[in-house]
Amino acid sequence: MKLPITMTVNGETWPLDVEPNDVLLDVIRTRVGAKGAKIGCERGDCGTCTVLFDGRSIRSCLMLAVEADGHEIITVEGIPENGVLSNLQDLFISHNSFQCGFCAPGIVLGAHELLRDNPNPSRHDVQHALAGNLCRCTGYEPIIDAVLAAAEEARS
Amino acid sequence: MAIAHQFAYQKVATLDEAVEAIARAGPDVRILAGGTDLVPWLRDDAIHPDLVVDIKAIDGLDTLTREGDHLFLGPLVTFSDLLTSDLVRDHLPILFEMADTVASPGIRNRATVIGNICSAVPSCDAGPTLLVLNASIAVLGPAGARTVPIEEWFLGPRKTALSSGEIVTGLSIPIPTPPHGAIYLKLQRYQGEDLSQAGITVLVTGDNDFRVAFGAVGPIPARAHAIEEALKGKDLTDGLIAEAVGLVAGAISPITDMRATKEYRARICEVMLERGLPAAIARRDGTGPAYGTRLI
Repeated sequence: MKLPITMTVNGETWPLDVEPNDVLLDVIRTRVGAKGAKIGCERGDCGTCTVLFDGRSIRSCLMLAVEADGHEIITVEGIPENGVLSNLQDLFISHNSFQCGFCAPGIVLGAHELLRDNPNPSRHDVQHALAGNLCRCTGYEPIIDAVLAAAEEARS
Repeated sequence: MAIAHQFAYQKVATLDEAVEAIARAGPDVRILAGGTDLVPWLRDDAIHPDLVVDIKAIDGLDTLTREGDHLFLGPLVTFSDLLTSDLVRDHLPILFEMADTVASPGIRNRATVIGNICSAVPSCDAGPTLLVLNASIAVLGPAGARTVPIEEWFLGPRKTALSSGEIVTGLSIPIPTPPHGAIYLKLQRYQGEDLSQAGITVLVTGDNDFRVAFGAVGPIPARAHAIEEALKGKDLTDGLIAEAVGLVAGAISPITDMRATKEYRARICEVMLERGLPAAIARRDGTGPAYGTRLI
């Protein structure tokens, strides 16, 4: 039984017909085409499917697409403004924070949410906020350094 | 991996509509709130509902209010809501400490406290804390409303006192008379998403009435009444702590699984009680570490 829904993804309105058992992550990737949200563990453990749902980070692998009806979603593609990367993204690049990059979309969005809610995070705050975003390349240190640098630049 | 099982989806606007939808659908209905357990269980083919009833469009279910000497949580209150609530910080900071250990922001923004106790996995973080707080669960069904004390709620792994056709409408938590102190200790392999290997909540009131509950070391989270009786009304000494620690083995029934062995779980419960008792008292007396500080 197809259900009509309308959701906003990165500012664009998407009217879609979805099945009750369609998962939001799959619909965002295959129907909307926003492939920044990655398919990782598919059980909420790894964080690479993170999107902002009405401004708050959620695991899109743990949501049914039909739940997004009437809601606003931002994927990592929606973070740059007018094609210009955010300062946080620039700092991830200059700190060489990522290697394979598979975890990057979730970490960009998780760090974006952290800095919005807490402009003055401690190192522990950053670790705590990103604890559910698994990175198997870097050991996390250059990621945490970049987030703290972004907070510092925003303050000065 | 897509969800293979097919089901109908209904979004309801009122609690009465939810009860009607559940009654009409037959035995296998699931309520959808945060979905952080429901969706992976569907994907794992562990549950096969005919109907999923989404309650997120019902007005007022996300309320977190104080009603006299109780805190009331609606079914849509998330763990993130506990972390940002002034009421929680002021009256029941142990709920903040518990919520802070749950998974990650992306889960806490979505997962509900009531969903946690409805899923009723043995390691559920809300279990031990709601047990020491003597919470009660408001339920609505075809036969009307009733209240279930939290100690009668958990019946087994993923089994609760919720009868067929019923839905949880709220959680009422008595605020202990000040001063009180409490602590939730949760052992996990890493921060971020790991379930509890073993957990304990200790609460102590002004007249040294102790309440102790364990999680993840038995089929259900459970109070340790024998330990509470041994401590009741007494001043905490090294000897009394040792006596209480000696009762831990009889209070729990841990198993070996992928997260820990039963021997390790049993030992760590003793360590957590040993550290938790003086920390709860220190918090009551205003000298303890801030709520949210990890002692293990």
